[in-house]
Amino acid sequence: MTKRTHFDVIGKPRRRVDGRAKVTGQTRFADDIVLPRMLHARLLRSPHPHARIVAIDASRAERHPGVHLVLTGKDFPVSIGILPVSQDEYPLAPERVRYVGDPLAAVVARDEQTAGEALDLIDVTWEILPTIGSPQEALARPDVRIHDYNDVGNIHRNQSYQFGDVDAALAASDHVFEDLFFFEGNTHLAIEQHASVAAVDGEGKLTLWSSTQVPHYVHRQMARALAVPEAHIRIIACPNGGGFGGKTDVCNHEAVVLKAALMLGRPVKICLNREEVFYMHRGRHPVLMKFRTGVSNDGRITGMHLQTLLDGGAYGSYGTASTFYTGALTPVTYELPRYKFEGCRTFTNKPPCGAKRGHGTPQPRFGQEIQLDKIAEKLRLDPAELRLNMVAKPNTLTANWLRIGSIGLAECIRQVVDRSDWKNRRGKLPEGRGLGLACGAYMSGAGLSIYWNKLPHSGVQLLIDRSGQVTVFCGATEVGQGSDDVLAGIVAEVLGIDPFEVRCVTGDTALTPIDLGSYSSRVTVMMGNAAIEAAGKLRALLADVAAAQLQTAPEHVVLAHGRVFRAGDPGKSLSFKEVVVLAEAKHGTLGAVGSYTPPKPPGRYKGGGVGPSPAYSYTACIVEVEVDRATGWIHVPKIWIAHDIGRALNPVLARGQVEGSVYMGLCEALMEEQSFRRLPPKLSHALVHRAPSMLEYKSITALDMPEMDTVLVEDPDPNCPFGAKEVGQGPLLPVMPAVANAIFDALGIRIDELPITPDKVLKALARKAKGENPRVGPDHFPEVPYPEPMLVPPPWEGGDGNSVEPAARAGRVREVAP
Amino acid sequence: MMRLPWFRFESPRSVAEAARILEGEGPGAVLIAGGTDLLPNMKRRQQAPQVLVSLSRVEGMKAVEDGAGLTLGGGLTLAEVIGTAGLRARYPGLWQAASQVATAQLRNMGTLGGNLCLDTRCSYYDQNHEWRKAIGFCMKRDGETCWVATASKRCLAVSSTDCAPALIALGASVRLESTAGERDVALADLYRNDGIDYLTRRPGEILTRVLLPDAAEWTSTYWKLRRRGSFDFPVLGVAAAAKLAPDGSITEARVALGAVSSHPFLTRAGEFLAGKRLTDEVIAEAARMVASRAKPMDNTDFDVYWRKEVVAEFTGYALRERRGDDMDAVRLRTARRTL
Amino acid sequence: MTDTQSAPGGARRNLRMVLHVNGEDTEVLFAPYKTLLEVLREDLGLTGTKHGCELGECGACAVLVDGLPLLSCLVLAVECEGKAIETVEGLARGPTLHPLQAAFADLGGAQCGYCTPGVLMTAKALLDGDPDPCREKIREAISGNLCRCTGYQQIYESIEEAARRMRADAAQSGSCPCCEGTAP
Repeated sequence: MTKRTHFDVIGKPRRRVDGRAKVTGQTRFADDIVLPRMLHARLLRSPHPHARIVAIDASRAERHPGVHLVLTGKDFPVSIGILPVSQDEYPLAPERVRYVGDPLAAVVARDEQTAGEALDLIDVTWEILPTIGSPQEALARPDVRIHDYNDVGNIHRNQSYQFGDVDAALAASDHVFEDLFFFEGNTHLAIEQHASVAAVDGEGKLTLWSSTQVPHYVHRQMARALAVPEAHIRIIACPNGGGFGGKTDVCNHEAVVLKAALMLGRPVKICLNREEVFYMHRGRHPVLMKFRTGVSNDGRITGMHLQTLLDGGAYGSYGTASTFYTGALTPVTYELPRYKFEGCRTFTNKPPCGAKRGHGTPQPRFGQEIQLDKIAEKLRLDPAELRLNMVAKPNTLTANWLRIGSIGLAECIRQVVDRSDWKNRRGKLPEGRGLGLACGAYMSGAGLSIYWNKLPHSGVQLLIDRSGQVTVFCGATEVGQGSDDVLAGIVAEVLGIDPFEVRCVTGDTALTPIDLGSYSSRVTVMMGNAAIEAAGKLRALLADVAAAQLQTAPEHVVLAHGRVFRAGDPGKSLSFKEVVVLAEAKHGTLGAVGSYTPPKPPGRYKGGGVGPSPAYSYTACIVEVEVDRATGWIHVPKIWIAHDIGRALNPVLARGQVEGSVYMGLCEALMEEQSFRRLPPKLSHALVHRAPSMLEYKSITALDMPEMDTVLVEDPDPNCPFGAKEVGQGPLLPVMPAVANAIFDALGIRIDELPITPDKVLKALARKAKGENPRVGPDHFPEVPYPEPMLVPPPWEGGDGNSVEPAARAGRVREVAP
Repeated sequence: MMRLPWFRFESPRSVAEAARILEGEGPGAVLIAGGTDLLPNMKRRQQAPQVLVSLSRVEGMKAVEDGAGLTLGGGLTLAEVIGTAGLRARYPGLWQAASQVATAQLRNMGTLGGNLCLDTRCSYYDQNHEWRKAIGFCMKRDGETCWVATASKRCLAVSSTDCAPALIALGASVRLESTAGERDVALADLYRNDGIDYLTRRPGEILTRVLLPDAAEWTSTYWKLRRRGSFDFPVLGVAAAAKLAPDGSITEARVALGAVSSHPFLTRAGEFLAGKRLTDEVIAEAARMVASRAKPMDNTDFDVYWRKEVVAEFTGYALRERRGDDMDAVRLRTARRTL
Repeated sequence: MTDTQSAPGGARRNLRMVLHVNGEDTEVLFAPYKTLLEVLREDLGLTGTKHGCELGECGACAVLVDGLPLLSCLVLAVECEGKAIETVEGLARGPTLHPLQAAFADLGGAQCGYCTPGVLMTAKALLDGDPDPCREKIREAISGNLCRCTGYQQIYESIEEAARRMRADAAQSGSCPCCEGTAP
C-alpha cells in the first residue's frame, strides 16, 4: 500500500452507508422476513440440568390441530460444533440433556402460538443424573461425566505453557505478588433475539436467513448436520440487531428450521424468546485466576505465572479457543521477559460459554491490571508511571512469540492522564472519591481460522459497469459495527467516488466471496485489505484508460469526487462513468477480486496459533468513582478513554464502538452476571439461570451512563487498511479493572471479583474497620491437574518459536493422587 | 415472541357494568387497566384468565376531584398522576413515587390503581413457565414449596408497588366498588402480609378512587432503592410524611416501608417522631426503628443482607430531606435524577 | 366479522377491526390474544417496530399511540380501535427523513439499528412536547429504551442535533415546531 496523507473519504466523519435503512426501519433483520406459506417452529427445552432421555412420545403434539411436524434427536444423527475439536452438540439432544434449556424436540406449526401449545403435549420420560454446578465440583466429581469424549472427568481443555524459567525469575525478583481474582460470567444481551428462516428454493436447494455473525461457519456446519452438500445450502446473514459474539456459534435452531423446511417443502421461521437467548448464551466464561508476578524494586515485571480455571458450561462451543485466550494476549501490553500460563476449562451443567466481546481476554486483563495497581501501591509508584515505564516496544516479539507492530499504548495513557488531571487528583480526592487507571489490548483479527486451512480469510469481489454503478461483494456481516460502511468507504476512497455510490452485497454464501465472519475484530483489517486489493486492481484499469485520454501517465491520474483528473490539473477531467465506459470498451467486462490472508505467525509451537494477529489495538482508561461509605453505593460520574485505533476510517462509527465498549465494560464491572441458582440439593436437583430476563439481568440505562471523554489515538499500522486497527472490542477491556482501581483510590479497599456491587464494598469496608485485609475476592484456588508445561524459550533466550520438547506432552494430564 | 394465551375480552363503559361482568364471570375474569403487570404475567403463564375486563373505557376512572384533599381516579395513568396540577407541591411523596415507577413509556400505560394492586413479586415466580417448571414451580403458583424459605408456611413474594408506601404515609384511602356497593378502606388495610392473598380487595371489587386527605402543613417524600435509574422495581421504598409545627417540630408523622415484605406497611417511627425535632440523633433513632421492621428476603435483586443493612441509611435520607437538607446529590447518585 | 380456527375446546375467533396507523385507516384481521406489536409486525407488515423481550423490559417496541410513547408489546390490539398509532414507518415524509432520523443516521445514534425505531418514536414524542430539551430531560425520556451498542452518548447527541435542526427549520418557516401554529 502506498503511503497517503490526504483522503477524501477515509477519516472524515460521515453518515454510514446503511444509516438510512436503520433509521427508517427498513433494515431487514431475520425476524422481519416473512415468506408465503411460512410455518413457525418452537423448541422443547430441558427442564433438567442433567438427565437421560429415556423416551419421548410426541404423538399428542403431532395430533394437535395446526401442527405440521415434530422433530426429535433421532432426526439429527450428526453432531455439530463451531470448533472442529469439539463437535459435541446435536441440534436436538438425542439421549442426554446437559443444561436447563438444552433443546431436545421441535414443533413446527401454523403459528407460534400453536407450536407453543404443542410443546406442552410432548411427553418425555427422564432419568435424572447428578448435577455439576461449578468447576470445583467438576474437578471433584470426575465420576459424574457430562461428556465422554474428553480425556478425564469433566476437564474439557487443559494446557500449560512455559516461556522461559518463570520460577527462577520469580526467585530472583525483589518482590513476588500473588493474587487471586474472579470474573463472573456474563452474556451479550443483544436486543435482537436470535431468529432464522429456512426455505427451499425452486431448485430444491436450501436457503437460511439467520441472525448470525458467521455465515461461513454456519454454512459448513449446516451441511454437516443435514448431510446436504455445502453447494446446496445458502446462508444469508441478515444484519444483526447486535451480536457482541452471541451470534458467532452455530445454533440448534438453525439446523432445526433447515431440516423442517427440507422435510415440509415450506418456509419455516423461528425466533427465540429472551429466556431462550439466555440459554443459547455462548457468553463470557466465569474465570478464576491466580497471578504470581515477580517485580523489581523499580517496578519492572520479571516474570509472571498465570493460572486460569474456566467454567465452560455444558458444551465445547468456542471453549478451546477461550481457554487459550485467557493467557495468550496477556504479554502484549507490557514487557514481560518470562511467562508461564496454565489454563483449564471444565464442563458444568449450565448453558455453554463461548465468545463475548474481548473473548477470554477481559478476565486476565482484569486481574493483571488490578495487580499492577497493587504493585504500584506497594512500591509507592504512580500507577500510570509504572505502566509507562514498561509499555511494550513496537515491532518486537513477546515472550509467547506474538509479533507486536504498532503500539500507541503510551500515548493512550498520557492522553487519559492529562485529560482527567490524574496527577493532581489521583490519591488526593476526598475520601469516597477516586480515580482508577487500567489498560488493555486486543487483536485486529485472529491470525488463524477456526478450522485449519491455507485459504484466504476474506475475499472481496468488485463489479463496475458502463452505468457507472459499483457493486462490492463480500461475505462479511453487518452486526451494527459498520462493516458495510467500512467496505463502501474503502472502495470509494480508492476509486474516488462517494461511498453512497457503492452498493454492498454482503453476508450471503451464494453470492459473496468468503469472509470468515464478524468476530475477533477481524473485519476492518481483513475485509479492508481485500477490498483495497480489489479496488486497486480496478483503479489501475481506470487510470490506464484515463491516462491516455488525459494525456498523462497512469501514475499521474487522480480519482476523486466522482471524477478523474490529471494530477495538478483540476481543469481537465472526465467523469467516473466516462472512464468506466472507456475501460469496459478496452478491457471487456470489468471486475476484480482481492483477498487477504494474515501474516504467518512467528510462534511455531503447538497452540501458538491462538493469539497472533496482524495488529494489536491498545486502550487506556481512567474511571472516576464516588462511593458511599455507609451504603457502598457506587456512582461513576465520568470515564476517560483513549484508544489506539491506527486510523479511524469513519470517526463517527469508531467513537461509537469505543463508547459502546465502555458502556458494556461498565455493565460488566457493576452489574451484569450470568449467574445460577441451585435449589437445596435435598429437595431438588435444579440448577437454573437466576435471571433470564432483560429486567433482572441488569444492564445500564441512559440515566445510569456516565459522561465519556473519548480520544482516538491515530498511529497508522502498516499491516492494516489505511492503517486502521480494531476498535470494537479492545476498549471494553480496561474499564472493569479501572473501576476496581478507582474504588481502591476512593476507599482503600480491593474488590478482586466482578461484578463490583455495593454489598461487596461494605464487606471490604467492614474488614478494613476490623484491621483485616480490606478485600473481597476469591481466597482459594483449587488443585487443578494442569499438564506438564510445554517449554518454549522466549525469542531472547535463543528460541526459534518451537517448543523444545515433544508437543504431544502438552495434551497429557498429569496424574494426581486420589 | 412471548404471546398471550387465548382469552375473551370485555370492555364495559361503566363501573356498574364492569362489576356486573366480574360477578357474572366469577374467578375466571380479571380486571385489566394499563396491562403492564397483568400482561407479562399472562405471557409467562403465571396467570391465565379466561376473561379480561378492561377498565380503559370505563367512565369516571380518570376523575380528578380537588377539594380540601384530592381524589384521583384509579384509572389515571402514572404519567397523568405525575402531571396532575398541584400534586407535586402538595403530595411530593406520591409524585416522587409515581415518577420512579418503571419507565416513561410504562408510566404512560400503567395506572395508579394498577400500581396499588400490583401482583407481589419474587425471583422464583416472575419467570417463564419453562423456568418455573425447572424448579418444580412454587407455592405462589402451581407448586407447594416456597423456595425463598423452604420451611415457610406462607408465600414470601414481595410487595413491589412504589405508590402504596407513599400513599400510606400520606394517610390515603381507596374506594372499592362492586355490585354490593362501595366502601372506603385505609390504604394500609388494603394489604395483607401474604404473597398469594396480598389484597383484602374482594373478588368483584374495583378500585375506583384514591382519596388523599388534606395536605396543608404536611410534607412528604419517597426514597426508592433499586439498581438502575429506570425499569427496576424497588428493593426498598421508604415513604415519610410529616406535619410540621411553626417551630419546626413534628406534630404528626408517618413512615411507611415498601418492598421489604409481602405488604407495604406503616412503621412505628411516626409515633416516635411526634413532638420531636429532626435532629441527627432523632433521625438516627427513627431510622433504627424503621430498619428493625424491614425483613427482606432473598427473592429480589441485590444481596439480601445488604438490603437489610441500608434501610436505616435510606430512612435517614428521607427524614433529612424532610428536615430541609439538600439531598439532591444523594438523589442523583441513587435515583440517577433529582426529584 | 370473524374468522375461525378450530382448536380444542371449541372455535377460536379472529377479530376484524379498523386501525388508524400512520395516518391511514387499515382493516385488519387478527387473533384477539395479539398485542399491538404482533398485529403491526405480523398482520400489517410493519416490521420496523422491533421486539427484544415482549415483557416491557427493553423498550424496543415503543410506538406512539395518540401521541404518547407506549410499549406495543403490552398493549392489546383490541384496545387500539379509534386511536392514532404512529410507527417508525410513518416518520419520514415521503423521501424526506424526519430530522431525528437524519441526525441518528449522521451522528451514530443508530449502530445496529435494532433499538432505533423505539428510541426514535420516544424521542419524537419528547421533541413534539419540548423543542429544546436539556440533556437531563433527554436521558430521562429515553431511559426506558435499552441500547447495547452506543453507550447512549451518540443517541443524546443525535436527539440534540435533531432538535437544533428542527428549531432552525421552524425559525425559518416561522412556525412553532411543538404546536404547528404560527409564531407571533
